Amino acid sequence: MKRFDYVRPNTLTEAISAAAEPGAAYLAGGTNLLDLMKGGIAHPTRLVDVSRLPGLDRIERQADGSWRIGALVRNADLAQDPDFAKAFPAIVEALLSGASGQLRNAATVGGNLLQRTRCSYFYDPASACNKRTVGSGCDAREGDNRLHAILGWSDSCIATHPSDFCVPLTGFDAIVEIAGKNGSREVTVEALHPLPGTTPERDSVLAPGELITALRLPATASTFAGHARYLKVRDRTSYAFALVSAAAGLVIENGTVKEARLALGGIAAKPWRARSAEAMLAGARPERAAFEPAARAALTEAKPSGDNAFKIELAERVIVRALMLAAAGTPDRVPALPASPFSSHAGAALHA
Amino acid sequence: MLDIIPTRDPAHIRHGSNSGQPLTRRDGALKVTGAARYAADNHPPKMLYAVMAVSSIARGRVVSLDVAAAKRHPGVVEVMTEQNRPALAEDPDAKTNPFMFRYEAMQNDRVRYANQPIAVVIAETLEAATEGAALLAPTYEVEPARTGLDGNESFVPPAVGVGNPSALRHGDVDGALKTSAHAIDVTYETPAQYHNAMEPHGIVAQWDGDKLSIDTPTQGLVMMQARIAGLFGIPPGNVHIRSPFLGGGFGSKGLISGPVVLGLLAAKLVQRPVKLVLRRDQMYGPVGHRSPTRQRLRMATAKDGALTAIDHHAKVASSTFDDFFEPAANASHSLYASPAIAISHEAVRLDNGTPLFMRAPGEAPGSLALECAIDEMALACGMDPLAFRLKNYAEVEPISGRPFSSKALRECYTQGAERFGWAKRPLEPRQMRDENGFLVGWGMGTAIFPALMFAAEARAVVRRDGSATMETGAHDMGQGAWTALAQIAADALALGIDEVEFKAGTSDLPDAGIAGGSAHTATAGSAIHNAGAAVIAKLAELATSDQRSPLFGAGNAGVIARGGRLHRRDDDSRSESYVDILARAGLAEVEARGNGAIDPAAQANYAMQAHGAVFAEVKVDPELGQIRVSRMVGAFAAGRVINPRLVKSQYFGGMIWGISFTLHEEAITDRRSGRIMNANLAEYHVPVNADVPPMEALMIDEHDPYVNPLGIKGVGEIAITGSAGAVANAVWHATGVRVRRFPIRIDDLLKGGDG
Ligand SMILES: Cc1cc2nc3c(=O)[nH]c(=O)nc-3n(C[C@H](O)[C@H](O)[C@H](O)COP(=O)(O)OP(=O)(O)OC[C@H]3O[C@@H](n4cnc5c(N)ncnc54)[C@H](O)[C@@H]3O)c2cc1C
Ligand code: SF4
Repeated sequence: MKRFDYVRPNTLTEAISAAAEPGAAYLAGGTNLLDLMKGGIAHPTRLVDVSRLPGLDRIERQADGSWRIGALVRNADLAQDPDFAKAFPAIVEALLSGASGQLRNAATVGGNLLQRTRCSYFYDPASACNKRTVGSGCDAREGDNRLHAILGWSDSCIATHPSDFCVPLTGFDAIVEIAGKNGSREVTVEALHPLPGTTPERDSVLAPGELITALRLPATASTFAGHARYLKVRDRTSYAFALVSAAAGLVIENGTVKEARLALGGIAAKPWRARSAEAMLAGARPERAAFEPAARAALTEAKPSGDNAFKIELAERVIVRALMLAAAGTPDRVPALPASPFSSHAGAALHA
Repeated sequence: MLDIIPTRDPAHIRHGSNSGQPLTRRDGALKVTGAARYAADNHPPKMLYAVMAVSSIARGRVVSLDVAAAKRHPGVVEVMTEQNRPALAEDPDAKTNPFMFRYEAMQNDRVRYANQPIAVVIAETLEAATEGAALLAPTYEVEPARTGLDGNESFVPPAVGVGNPSALRHGDVDGALKTSAHAIDVTYETPAQYHNAMEPHGIVAQWDGDKLSIDTPTQGLVMMQARIAGLFGIPPGNVHIRSPFLGGGFGSKGLISGPVVLGLLAAKLVQRPVKLVLRRDQMYGPVGHRSPTRQRLRMATAKDGALTAIDHHAKVASSTFDDFFEPAANASHSLYASPAIAISHEAVRLDNGTPLFMRAPGEAPGSLALECAIDEMALACGMDPLAFRLKNYAEVEPISGRPFSSKALRECYTQGAERFGWAKRPLEPRQMRDENGFLVGWGMGTAIFPALMFAAEARAVVRRDGSATMETGAHDMGQGAWTALAQIAADALALGIDEVEFKAGTSDLPDAGIAGGSAHTATAGSAIHNAGAAVIAKLAELATSDQRSPLFGAGNAGVIARGGRLHRRDDDSRSESYVDILARAGLAEVEARGNGAIDPAAQANYAMQAHGAVFAEVKVDPELGQIRVSRMVGAFAAGRVINPRLVKSQYFGGMIWGISFTLHEEAITDRRSGRIMNANLAEYHVPVNADVPPMEALMIDEHDPYVNPLGIKGVGEIAITGSAGAVANAVWHATGVRVRRFPIRIDDLLKGGDG
């Protein structure tokens, strides 16, 4: 704990200039940042509270069919928008499978994208952690690492990105709009989170002081609406982070897959787009025989970072199931127990 | 003799209209409106906030603390360390009886486990105290932490639980294991668990000279009062403790803990009222936990499935500085009939806080292992698990040969199985699927928990103005003592529940014993019952010996108390009210005390246990391994039920705890540092609503004339036993994979088990 300034700017410009100072951090819903501060993991010298900035809380369908979602839209509000849910059922399922109702009421779109890893050594200031303290080491490597990464990890960090929301966003080519003191720019969600390499302290490609202002979903993303699911396997039925999750979207025409989207969660420092699997699925019949090799292809480079080899096998099975669910068609309503294998819309046909 | 003197047989006791009624909690409205005042809700004038700094190492010593930095922080009033803490009259490491546990009150610079308190910062605000504690920046001399059941020297503990023998051997176990038709040899592991009551431990302490006024949640008011008096060298009467509500205890608030003593010391040091409340993560160390266990079960049967041997061996862990050994293997000594039974324990010492009583200590992990092994044994015999249990039903207590004071387990099996539909269960695993293709499995477990009694006293007063009071320092942990004990009090005085003022929850009342061992209703209830009987006996004496009373001369026929009046037993039309009796006698009130205690003769002659049978259905995703309990039926026989609504909620709570035990709870210790890596409620999993299926708890009639005058056995812990095993056995039945390390995880089912 340390003393910090708290400022609540009235405009975007004010916010960006207030955050220009080194050590400043944006505060949105606070569900992650405040925990990190209380735990002695984050030490901002200035909190720039953007939660009441005007104009960033809108969910808009643009004339070209794309969607724009303000960075301050609450996770719960986005999930409950009926038109958004119709266009992006897998995204809604992912949102509703995250955290708890109370947390989703507070959590924002921007905050969800930039939430930090749940690696327990990162949260324990007495442990060595390269992400928290540059060059201090990584106590997860030889520690309790059942939940850690199987793809894209490095010797310096084996943590995963915990967001559910980001997984279908990555699959559907979502774009992040960013404002900074040098103007605006955009990156894809897929490119937002770098792999750890030798710089695991870098969680995102944002420069200090840059603010996420909106999220955009291209018009093409909603073409998957009829066959889009999110599946999340976890240690209890609800209120737990994913062991492994997958977002799957298919465009099926005349009994074959015209286009496929596949992204994985809980397995890498970023939401993981499985492009090789997508390529294999294009033109295939939407059935297990095609899904299994695609799943294996998605995991060819996977290797355990510790006591977590099971996640490789589990990820393959989650992919197959997510694709089966997507192929079976999106249910009319978001199922009870969203994203759970026990969601009420699973069908006998889906099981081995 | 007057009829109102309690007899041994509760069937002969009139029970008024209160006991047996499903009253809702009398304190419910206070709780839902936030008006119930828990310990940490108290803010006496001039109160300061104390925050503990805790150790981040598990073993070594504190080399330095930057006290100056903490003191410089605005708002910080004082920093209490080993150097300046007020003296105690008793060494925190002293142990003069097995119920006395050692704790840390900064008696030296040693660190014995992670999260051990090493300093207390006292400040005008919680924030300043928190900041001060962070500024202490301790440095340590670190020694390697001893963690895990392996690799540390093991020994045979002299006793387990509280003074139970560590080993028992009856009959020729080894011989039977070698020569019997069927045998199994299986090993189960359960992890360390933490109580995690919703309400963290805390204290608000205020000194006035050598008098102490305390608000703190405790399951043992008078025991705590005596302990505090000893620690500070003051008479117990100088210590006043209020504990009207506990936000859960589960055993972790039974004994005094280091942080509570530190709150008292801090208040003494600054001579102002002080509040000290633990943060959630600080509850993983100084306030007890359940030891991990590794349990090896060997069993054998004759061809027909009759058990010939049970050998239950448990390896458990204690701390390096105190003795508490989870009596896990004891679960096997009273349940199944076998001519040969052996029970034994071994232990290691680890650099963790001392494990202590946690809901169903011993029975919970022990029953899980036993019930799984029984399932495995039944399978080895090719028998249905229920048929196997019935085949090995103990008509008398197996080792001692004593009869049971009562045992309606057979009815529990029958009614539970019927309700659940057990008869349709296929013997082989992996046979059932639901309409969505999920694997379905059915499992069962037998529940057993000793019917314990401690010692308690209650005081009853009936007044000439028509009012009445019953008082005993009982504890409401959320289980409903305010309600159930008031029901017993009303019956004891033959008055309506709203006509009796029931006082509990403070240390100046008669000792109600501890709220533990599932014995509180039986113990405090018996004291209340006897106090009521004694006061009514006095009223009867006044009336029957007074010529002017309509009851004069009824001495031989006897009187019956009902609705605030005494009636002649042989002529109901002749009666007199308490008020009239007192008025004529010229007395303002009559007062009497009553005790609740075990009856040593009954204890010697009878085995006293509550029993039950739990049936569970689980669904498992065949490819993904995710598990969900979909249905549970428990049938329990635990003597007289005072309040079926409250009893049911105890059963549900226990059954949910059983789910938690088998599928969720696990404290993850970093084996190098000894720190617990999931010391929070997001990552230390317990079931959420979506994990809790529709449940039924059947209350099976059971009349027990021996356990106590009221015929009450306990219900607070029993439902964990049986339930944990039922869920584990159902997972096996669904998948064919026998997982023997708990909690059962997705990984185990993917791998095919035998983890
Ligand atoms: C117990 C628990 C369980 C959870 N379970 C899940 C789960 O199952 N699945 C899941 O996906 N998530 C889960 N979460 C995480 C939750 O989704 C995040 O905490 C939440 O989305 C963060 O949003 P926020 O608005 O509160 O962010 P904040 O805490 O305010 O901010 C988080 C980070 O983002 C930065 N930030 C916020 N907004 C912006 C912006 N517009 N521009 C730039 N930077 C910004 C902040 O500076 C900070 O670094 C859980 C959280 C908790 C506490
Ligand atoms: S895995 Fe990454 S976040 Fe976790 S301890 Fe290692 S460096 Fe830190």
